Amino acid sequence: MTGKPDPLLLAGAKAKGKRPWFLDEPDIERVMNITLALMQEVSVLRERLDTVERLLERGGKVTKSAIEGFSPSREEAAERGAWTQEYIARVLRILQQDREAIASAGEASSEQVAEEFARPA
Amino acid sequence: MAETNRPRKPPAGKPAPKPGKGPARAYDGPPDYRVVGRHGVYPETSHDEIARFNFLAQMNRHLSANLMPGVAEAFEARVRPAYERENGRPFADRHDVRRALTRDPVWQWWSLLRRATMETRQQAGRWVTLRQAEALNEKVRALTEDDARLVLDPAFRQPRSTEAIDHHCMPGSYHTEITPGDVTGPANYDAGIFATTGGMLGRFNDGGGVAVAEWVRRNLPDFKPKRILDIGCGLGHNVVPIAAAFPDAEIIAVDAGAPMLRYGLARAKSMGINNITFVQADVADLSRFGNESFDWIQSTMFLHETSYRTMPLIFAETNRLLRPGGIVLHVEQPQYTPEMPLFEQAMRDWDAFYNNEPFWTKLHEVDLDDWMARSGFARQTILHGGVAAIVDPEVFPEAARDTRQEDYGRKAAWHVIGAWKAA
Repeated sequence: MTGKPDPLLLAGAKAKGKRPWFLDEPDIERVMNITLALMQEVSVLRERLDTVERLLERGGKVTKSAIEGFSPSREEAAERGAWTQEYIARVLRILQQDREAIASAGEASSEQVAEEFARPA
Repeated sequence: MAETNRPRKPPAGKPAPKPGKGPARAYDGPPDYRVVGRHGVYPETSHDEIARFNFLAQMNRHLSANLMPGVAEAFEARVRPAYERENGRPFADRHDVRRALTRDPVWQWWSLLRRATMETRQQAGRWVTLRQAEALNEKVRALTEDDARLVLDPAFRQPRSTEAIDHHCMPGSYHTEITPGDVTGPANYDAGIFATTGGMLGRFNDGGGVAVAEWVRRNLPDFKPKRILDIGCGLGHNVVPIAAAFPDAEIIAVDAGAPMLRYGLARAKSMGINNITFVQADVADLSRFGNESFDWIQSTMFLHETSYRTMPLIFAETNRLLRPGGIVLHVEQPQYTPEMPLFEQAMRDWDAFYNNEPFWTKLHEVDLDDWMARSGFARQTILHGGVAAIVDPEVFPEAARDTRQEDYGRKAAWHVIGAWKAA
């Protein structure tokens, strides 16, 4: 140990103050926190791939420094932003459907509909 | 017909859309992170670190635009009716509403993702600044050492209001120093607030300060302040535009956190702003400044990080420090008045209970006019106004239009409560 602070350890430090949990089962929430971090990293990978594609299209060399120096035009940034929006909407689809289900709380289940269809005329 | 994977023919008369020709939907989200303004002590950000901030800005945007409206819908459709059925009465107050909401899955999932996104944003920003801590600290040292405009107090003890809890889940809050001369905390705040606000505060996160300066110029055209005090200045992002708008004024910016003040001076200097002195002090005791020595005292999104104990002291101090004819302005989110629906109050309380802003809920329930009057401001001198972030519309068209979904406490639009010191 050199006594030098470890940036990785410090980056993920807990904020002072008891953490609130939102679900009855904290383990589900732990998994969701890990999933969010993975969502973030997939988004990072996709953005990097997009940068590589655009550098290739521009006909230049694809080097680490070219990737670091890349800056999207406004139009390109909008395309990348739109992809991220689509991506988040895809991953969080079930939450969109939970929201839509609020307005249709009285919907019949397939079991109920099956019984309905089996009734004699 | 059942949903199948069979290819379908387009309906007669309508040609199938050609793939790859134009976007399927118009883009109205945050700009790319690279639009942020890079002053002289801004942390370096790699391609992937930028991509992380881009994702987090989009996540916050998704939470407020697409998931949060579901909370209001669930509230009306089932939370309120169930509560009234079970209790035989309507909600008594906002805490009733909030406790009922905490049992609804739509609120739970929106909340857990909002908290997780904040924690992830802190990790992303802290990694950026901590990995380059030595270089950042050195840059700031070189810009601030022996500069009389940085007044730190090595014996300073943090007041309980800054020390009790790490505000908005920012580990170390405004005051912690990991090493001597540390500025990684403020650099993290500066670099990551773009992600928290979805890019709504402008290139230098100064949309609030720009709006305050503009509000004063428009509403008080004859006001020519010579000496301005900014309390709870943080890293100075809202006082820099005031200093720029009033270049002949002497500005004193006060905060409890030494890292903020260090970074604030270096940041301001690198932006060509040289009329601000950054002073470490407890805003409840500004005895170092003489009676009637300021024309304008400003706080921007600061009162919610104080307490009932310190707020009357702050108001009394501002009254003592103002010259006759001077003005005090506090920029905050709106108070919980009886006219504000309990649901909105409960939603605005979210940051208090779930984002480490405990005093937020207490601040917003009091009659601030009363508090100011009790601190010596004459009732007829108390004023109210509203400001919304002013940003470059070329870079932030969405923020400039201000058409975004209400984000209960995080929207870039604020109330102003202030007072004139009787001449």
